[in-house]
Amino acid sequence: MLSCKQASKLLSQSLDRKLSWKERLALRFHLLLCDMCTRFAKQLKIMQKAMQDWVSASEQDESIQLSQAAKVRIAEKIASKQ
Amino acid sequence: MTTTANVNDWLNDHGDYLYRFALARLRDPVQAEDAVQETMLAAIQSKSFTGQSSPRTWLVGILKHKIIDTIRQQIRERPTEDLAEDLSEDTAGDEYFDEDNRHWNDAPQAWGVPDGALEQKQFLVILQSCMDKLPKKLASLFMLREVIEEDNEKICKDLEITTTNAWVMLYRARMGLRQCLELHWLGR
Repeated sequence: MLSCKQASKLLSQSLDRKLSWKERLALRFHLLLCDMCTRFAKQLKIMQKAMQDWVSASEQDESIQLSQAAKVRIAEKIASKQ
Repeated sequence: MTTTANVNDWLNDHGDYLYRFALARLRDPVQAEDAVQETMLAAIQSKSFTGQSSPRTWLVGILKHKIIDTIRQQIRERPTEDLAEDLSEDTAGDEYFDEDNRHWNDAPQAWGVPDGALEQKQFLVILQSCMDKLPKKLASLFMLREVIEEDNEKICKDLEITTTNAWVMLYRARMGLRQCLELHWLGR
């Protein structure tokens, strides 16, 4: 039987690589008996989605703008390339 | 064919969006401005804009590569904040478990999914502050993996780290972020 630490590591790695069938089986068995790791698995999913949501929210936040100074600097660079 | 006039128009029309796109991923205003600048300069030199896609889509394609390069540099150049600990596979995560590692010290709680616009916004503010609390290298690697969705093997090759190192670092990032969110989201 996996320890909770082993189970949490496998759950994290399952997002980065394909687990072996032995690992999947051991993990499934652990999750069947362990509410805490089952919650941890759900939390990983929520975090994954939250990261994506956070990035798209920042992308659409029109209060964030390129500073005037940066625009001038970039325009000068563009001109100097011509 | 790209001309200076085009590129100046693009800077006016899309500069703010490109900056937001970069800032969301790099989380550093100076690096985000540099990425936009390099994208514009690459756009001048490139002859590959054919008008088949919109200028914005094309520029974002260039910007993405600049962002990935910058994040790699962030990871490579940042001081090795307790890297020895970061990479040790056996002990990674020990602090979250009891002595024989069988059980969680603090039981993970059932997280309510943020409901409605206000709660969603609050959750994202907490997420941002929790990302800021992670060691910077871990936060950068986590961003590369979770948001930019770079392939793990490619990440390891580019950064010259082993896949095991990457798993350990990502595990530490997720565990750290999780604990911070649990404390601040549920502990409201």
